[in-house]
Amino acid sequence: MQDFGAAFLTAFDLLIGADADLLEIIGLSLRVSISALLAAGLIGLSLGAALAVTRFPGRGIVLVIVNSMMGLPPVVVGLVVYMLLSNAGPFGFLGLLYTPEAMIIAQAILILPIIAALSRQLIEDLHAEYAEQFRSFCVPTGRMMMELLWDARYSLLTVMLAGLGRAMAEVGAVIIVGGNINHLTRVMTTTIALETSKGDLALALGLGIVLLSIAIAINAGVMALNATAKRQAYA
Amino acid sequence: MKHLKTLTLGAAAGLILGAAVAMPGTAQADAIIVQSTTSTQNSGLYDYMLPIYEKKTGNKVNVVAVGTGQAIKNAKNCDGDVLLVHAKPAEEKFVADGYGVKRSDLMYNDFIIVGPPADPAKVGGMKDGPKALSMIAKSEAAFASRGDNSGTHKKEKHLWKAAGIDPTKASGKWYRETGSGMGATLNAGVGMGAYVMTDRATWISFKNKGDYKIQVEGDKQLFNQYGVILVNPKKCPKVKVKEGQAFIDWLLSKDGQETIASYKLKGLQLFFPNGKMM
Amino acid sequence: MRPANVVDLRGGAASDASAPGAGADLFPLVLDDVSFQAGGTVLIKGIDLTLEAEGATVIMGPNGAGKSLLLRLMHGLIDPSGGTVSWGGAGMGEAVRKRQAMVFQRPVLLRRSVAANIDFVLRLRGRADPARRQAILDHAGLAAHADQPARLLSGGEQQRLAMARALATEPDVLFMDEPTSNLDPASTLVIEEIAKAARDRGTKIIFITHDMGQARRLADEVVFVHKGKVLEHSPAETFFTQPASTEAGDYMAGKIIL
Repeated sequence: MQDFGAAFLTAFDLLIGADADLLEIIGLSLRVSISALLAAGLIGLSLGAALAVTRFPGRGIVLVIVNSMMGLPPVVVGLVVYMLLSNAGPFGFLGLLYTPEAMIIAQAILILPIIAALSRQLIEDLHAEYAEQFRSFCVPTGRMMMELLWDARYSLLTVMLAGLGRAMAEVGAVIIVGGNINHLTRVMTTTIALETSKGDLALALGLGIVLLSIAIAINAGVMALNATAKRQAYA
Repeated sequence: MKHLKTLTLGAAAGLILGAAVAMPGTAQADAIIVQSTTSTQNSGLYDYMLPIYEKKTGNKVNVVAVGTGQAIKNAKNCDGDVLLVHAKPAEEKFVADGYGVKRSDLMYNDFIIVGPPADPAKVGGMKDGPKALSMIAKSEAAFASRGDNSGTHKKEKHLWKAAGIDPTKASGKWYRETGSGMGATLNAGVGMGAYVMTDRATWISFKNKGDYKIQVEGDKQLFNQYGVILVNPKKCPKVKVKEGQAFIDWLLSKDGQETIASYKLKGLQLFFPNGKMM
Repeated sequence: MRPANVVDLRGGAASDASAPGAGADLFPLVLDDVSFQAGGTVLIKGIDLTLEAEGATVIMGPNGAGKSLLLRLMHGLIDPSGGTVSWGGAGMGEAVRKRQAMVFQRPVLLRRSVAANIDFVLRLRGRADPARRQAILDHAGLAAHADQPARLLSGGEQQRLAMARALATEPDVLFMDEPTSNLDPASTLVIEEIAKAARDRGTKIIFITHDMGQARRLADEVVFVHKGKVLEHSPAETFFTQPASTEAGDYMAGKIIL
């Protein structure tokens, strides 16, 4: 179990050394996951808000499906996206397989249900409070969604962070659609998988610690910003 | 208005984060994709060899490393330009079915069986692969198999067949199929004290050996041949024939073969070139 | 700060839109055999009621009488299970409701600044304008709090903001559902003065209260509701001096009526 101690030393060396390859990998991880988050956020928040304020036949079934999709196994998402983007698949002509864009698509699909389902619940709770007042003012549905999203913004930030966390942490989807190609589609998690399979457990765990540190930094930063903004605008 | 302002702020924050990010390999128009095996990647051969090739020719080579079975499947889906794997019968079938243009021997090394120093099946120092396997089966000592239809797995099944044993009957007992890559199977094997059949290159470069030792080696039947194939543009019109063939030609050239031979780890040569220029 | 009674919320002092009775075409409000049931229980039982444009109408009655439901049926927040609600001959719909506003017992404020709460309705009615917002906040005595989070205001200030926000839509009808039941006397006075000022400008006020003093101070007429039925509808002075029903008499005498 000397690997644990070695892992922390390795992580420390990696962070201090700021090795160019490592920076590239961290950079790509952030680029892919944040892009996926923006895409999934745009769609997921709209979908969540729409599901929160509308009532239609079959809504219950849709909610069950969206909620269940939160548990989508990354490897299944990876497989489906691979089959779609493969040159033998319907979207092969786009030439996206084994590119960062393919990884963004896979991660966006993976976290979309999380953002949609959690934001739906949050906004529905808020809507329960606002509904009568909105009806009194004759607020149109689209407008209502925007206003609710805006008023739920601080809680929704946590939802977005949950999505980002899931995107950055998964390996099953990106390793299939990205191929873990050095200097092209190699991200933190696929590197960890690779180093593990090379038997370099200390390096793998060190990279894991680096990934965790980045996640902590992002969350702390967002929460600090959040706290300041919240104090200014919100009860 | 306020919404817009905040949205803009949010987008700006996103962009700043995005800008802090190194852009990945840019122009990829002439880059080729090689569908290959985990053993070649894990051994570090590509990390050593590809920069040399890219520097010489300016051509970019992207390697997707999966098991041989999956690499062949991916290539059949036209998701690669070159196939570099180690399962000769499957490779020949790939060409015969029209998916590959032509198969060439590229290099070889050999398979070995590694195990715990206690050596419960008493196979230490043996050469005969099938015989060692039948002793492992008889003693019911744990054996970790790839179980993923990879080149190594195919070879292992072949050896079991030669020994006249069907180990899958003991699946879940002493015969443990990990369904994973070479490295992951070695990690599992070392973790549970099981014998593992591995290619020598992966073993030499593997860093989590624990106290494991090579128990069986040196049999002709443990020969591990790698082949290289250009994916057939007739089946896959998007194959980059020119760049793909250039890479294969270089691998088989004197220069390429010498580069392969020169890759050493801990003073040991991992792959032995045996390609022939056409 | 006390609101100035003379400030005209409807836009400049000389605006002719402020002529009393601008909403006269909405009247009479006619409830024709209106009933409402939920979960198999009939809560409003065949109410027939006609209200005219003039003055302030107070709806009174014991808890559980159906006052809030009645108010919501008038405003179209809920649809009747039977019968019809019509405003000046027109059925209840968004066109009518847009000319009305409602203040709830517990103010529903957006999670934003005080100013943003006003801007929300101004934008909604397509007339966002900092100067108008400023005038509205001045009138409600909230100008000093413009940039504060609305939900951090005191209870009285919150209800004042809810009033100001409702009036910012320039309603022809203002509904209030026990707007001061949770407030201290000073805040209650401010709310009443804002309501009176609106009434004096021609806004029809329909409100619920349990506060007998408030009813006497504000009401021009009283609708007395008991067990989902209108028992009495009479001018305020008649109601308070000579209630027609024993229930109303008992209610005013502070007795529990069953």
